[in-house]
Parts: sequence; structure tokens; C-alpha cells
Amino acid sequence: MNRRIDRGGAWHDRLSLGSVGEALAEHRLALLAAIAVLLAWELLVIVFGVREIILPRPSRILAVMIEERALLVRNMWVTLYEVLIGFALSVVVGIALAVAIVHSRFLEKTLYPLIVAFQNVPRVAVGPLLVIWLGSGIASKSILVLLVCFFPIVVNAATGLKDVRQEMINLLLALRASRAQIFWKVRLPNAFPYILSGMKIAMTLAVIGAIIGEFIAAEQGLGLIIMIATAGLNTALVMAAIALLVIMGGALYALMSFLADTLAPWRRVP
Amino acid sequence: MLENLLDIELLTKTYFPERKGPLTALKDLNFSVADGELVSLVGPSGCGKSTFINLACGIAQPTSGRILLRGRPITEPIKDVGIAFQAPILLEWRTVLTNVLLPIEILERKVRPSHREHARKLIKLVGLAGFEDAYPRELSGGMQQRVSICRALIHDPSFLLMDEPFGALDAMTRDKMNKELLRIWDEAKKTLIFITHNIAEAVFLSDRVVVLTGRPGTVRGIVRIDSPRPRDPTGSEFKSIEARIRDLIGEAHEDADR
Repeated sequence: MNRRIDRGGAWHDRLSLGSVGEALAEHRLALLAAIAVLLAWELLVIVFGVREIILPRPSRILAVMIEERALLVRNMWVTLYEVLIGFALSVVVGIALAVAIVHSRFLEKTLYPLIVAFQNVPRVAVGPLLVIWLGSGIASKSILVLLVCFFPIVVNAATGLKDVRQEMINLLLALRASRAQIFWKVRLPNAFPYILSGMKIAMTLAVIGAIIGEFIAAEQGLGLIIMIATAGLNTALVMAAIALLVIMGGALYALMSFLADTLAPWRRVP
Repeated sequence: MLENLLDIELLTKTYFPERKGPLTALKDLNFSVADGELVSLVGPSGCGKSTFINLACGIAQPTSGRILLRGRPITEPIKDVGIAFQAPILLEWRTVLTNVLLPIEILERKVRPSHREHARKLIKLVGLAGFEDAYPRELSGGMQQRVSICRALIHDPSFLLMDEPFGALDAMTRDKMNKELLRIWDEAKKTLIFITHNIAEAVFLSDRVVVLTGRPGTVRGIVRIDSPRPRDPTGSEFKSIEARIRDLIGEAHEDADR
């Protein structure tokens, strides 16, 4: 009972916070702050005469991004591709695992602790193994992305599948609803906003996974560009690649947030 | 003489939780409910009301004793019951109309236009016409509870079980909903078992009030109320019936019952 009231309250807070005008004002300030930081950066580099190898000016980074746009964009597509494949896999695997866990007490007792324990394995450390098994191409990166980001999806999906009030289940059982009916009509739709919220978290991890994968061994990708540019002390190109990653990651996260808010408007899971 | 719809005979339910002693929720419960009757169960917390609901809709089985529905013991989920709980527990992603139709989706292969028509009629009956396509979050608590009553009625069950359906509402909405419930009960012509902690509510609504004791739940007494409806909660007759029920429940539980 209390839990329900709390959630209602949280939802209400969101509503008032999320009013369009306020959101705009917030974003405008953030944008101004970012511009201020970039300007300060530019000025400080000029005033103190910092060498470009140490810290290039923002305008220089922008210039490099434009000069090297063909190289950067070509490699960005590769990284994006790895991210999306790994992410899609993690959604499928994550939901499947959650369904298995929720539907079988045995799996809940055996599989779930294993998944949780796996969280303690630094996934980055598994990266080199993946290269041995899968080579230095896209496959090893996508699987690393999967390993890095399936966990929040499993946890959220399992929570959403389980978070159905016992009264609702009793009501359905009294009507002799089958397990399948309860799953498709109540559990899965109930889990939907939870899954979307898990996907939002997973998306931020996915980009990290792909870059780390590319650091370990790669033929293409922005991570590889960063490694090569670093070796050549081409700091401006390193930063140009990072800037592109920021843009890519931001866009992916914004897309996921948008999907989460539009596809499941009835409830926002924090 | 009306035939009994439900006969509750020496109904006992004992749970055997792990690592704890056995827990008797209901003990030798004995009463009947006539067809079309409105019976309230009143008792303190721990009088086994959830247990009774689970037994009455057949999703749990008694340790001993039995519940007969039109003379036949309930031994499995009976489909033939409509349930409304204290919380409306509507599905947030469904509109009012599709929430009401949920039991039909479970029971029938297909939702037919006739079902939709029936749902619209019920929605109108509870005073929510025009809200068919609204989502639960757009409705007040009282309105949500009306939707859950529609859902309980949609498959035309033999009887309704209501577990403190207005317990979470404010006092004014609650009074209003009680009047509405009487009207709905009158029009839908359903047997209604109404569980509440609120003695005044029970007196206002019921043909008979079954007073239960706490842990384990047993019948302390049954009070028949013949005064015509609508009843005036400020009247002396009402007050004296209230007092009688309060006496039955006993001094010890008075605080818990407000």
C-alpha cells in the first residue's frame, strides 16, 4: 500500500519537474555553461601558451574534426554498428534471462546468483579472451558490449515481471487464467517501462564496452583511431574522436530516453 | 424462502509456514448468504479476510469444512465471482474500457462487440460515461474504484466479493461511494459479500452483518438489519445497531475499529 502511494507521489514530482518551460530553461543554462567552459578553455590555452600536444584549443579540435571527417565518420559507423549489435543482443538475452528467472524457482535459485556473481568479473578483463575466441573484428566488440550491458536489462526486466500485485494475480487465478495469459496480459506489459529504463542505463554502458573492445584489438573504429592518434601524439585527433563519441553516445541516450517516455507514458521508472 | 447462494460450513484454514508454528487464519466459520443478499463481514485486522476471499473464489482450499456455491462445494477457481480489492489495481497501460474487459479476455476466446456494449453499460451504471478511453492515472481514486467494480461485474458473476473497496478513500468520497454501491447493487441484482473494518459502513449497506473475531477468525455473531434503505447514520436505530455490533466485537478491538 505504502509503496503504491510512494510511487504515485514520485510520478507526480516528475510531472511538475518535467513541465516544458522548466526543462527548456534548464537546458538553456546547461548550453550556456558548456559554451562558457569552451570559451574559457580556448582563452586559457592561448593566454598560457599551452602546446597543442598537451591540450589543443576547442577551435583546433573542431578544425581537425572537419579536416578528418571522412576518416572519423567511417570509423564512427563501425563503432556505432558494434554498439547497436551488442545492445540489441543484450536486450534479447537480458529479457530472455529475466523471463527464465521469473518463471522458474529453480533458475531463480541457480541462474540469478550466477548472473549477479558475474557482475563481479571486470568485463574489461574478459576483452582479450574475446579477441582470442572471436578475432579482432566486430564480433568480439559486440559480445563485449553484450557482456557489459545486459545486466541492468535483466535486473529491470525481472523486477518489472515480478512487480505485479498479488491481488491482481489472485483476480486472474480466480478466472482460471493460464500462466501464459498472466504473462502476456499482465507481467510483460507491466515490465515494459522497466525494460525501457534498463535499456537506457545499458545504452550508456554499451558505448564504453565498444571503445574498450577497440582498445584491446581492432581493425576499425573510433577506439582504434584514438589509439593510433595517441601513438602519433596527435592530441587534437584524439580529442576529435572523443568529441564524436560524446555526440554519438549522447544521441543514442537521447533516443532511448525519448523511446522510454513515448512508448510507456503510463509510468516512468526512475 | 430464498435458496442459499453460499453456505459456509465449519470453514477452517490453517497455514503451516516454514520455521514457524501453524497459523490458523479461520476457524469453524459458519454462515450462509442468500441469493441477492448484501452481507458484510466485519472484524479486526487478522480476522482472516484475505484467507476467506481466497477460499471463496476457489484459489485456495480449506484445511477443513467447505464452502458450497448453490449446494456444490468450491474445490477449484470458480470464474463465477467478481472481486474488488481495497486498491483498484487497474492495469495502467489500459484504458477504462479495456481494463473492464480484462476478465472477458481471460474467459472468452474473443472480445465481441456485445461484450464491449455490456462494458459501456456498466461504465455508465457506475457514473463514468465519457471516461471509457481515459487511462487510470487520469482518474481520481474513487473513479478508479468504480472501474474496478465494473471489472468485477463484467462477466456477470453469481456473486461479488469486495475487500474494503472504499478503505483507501477519504470519508466524503467513501460516503458517496457507499450510496452509489447500493444503487449499483440494486440495479445489477448481485449477491454481495462486503468486507470492512468500518462498522458504520457495514450498517449502512448490509442486510446482515457477520461479526468476526480476530486470530483465528470465527463468527462472533450475526446481526440482521431490517430497516429500510437509505439508512440515516445519525438516527437512533442506526446508532443502536452500531453499538450492538461494537459490543459483539468487544472492548478489546474497539480502538482498531475506530
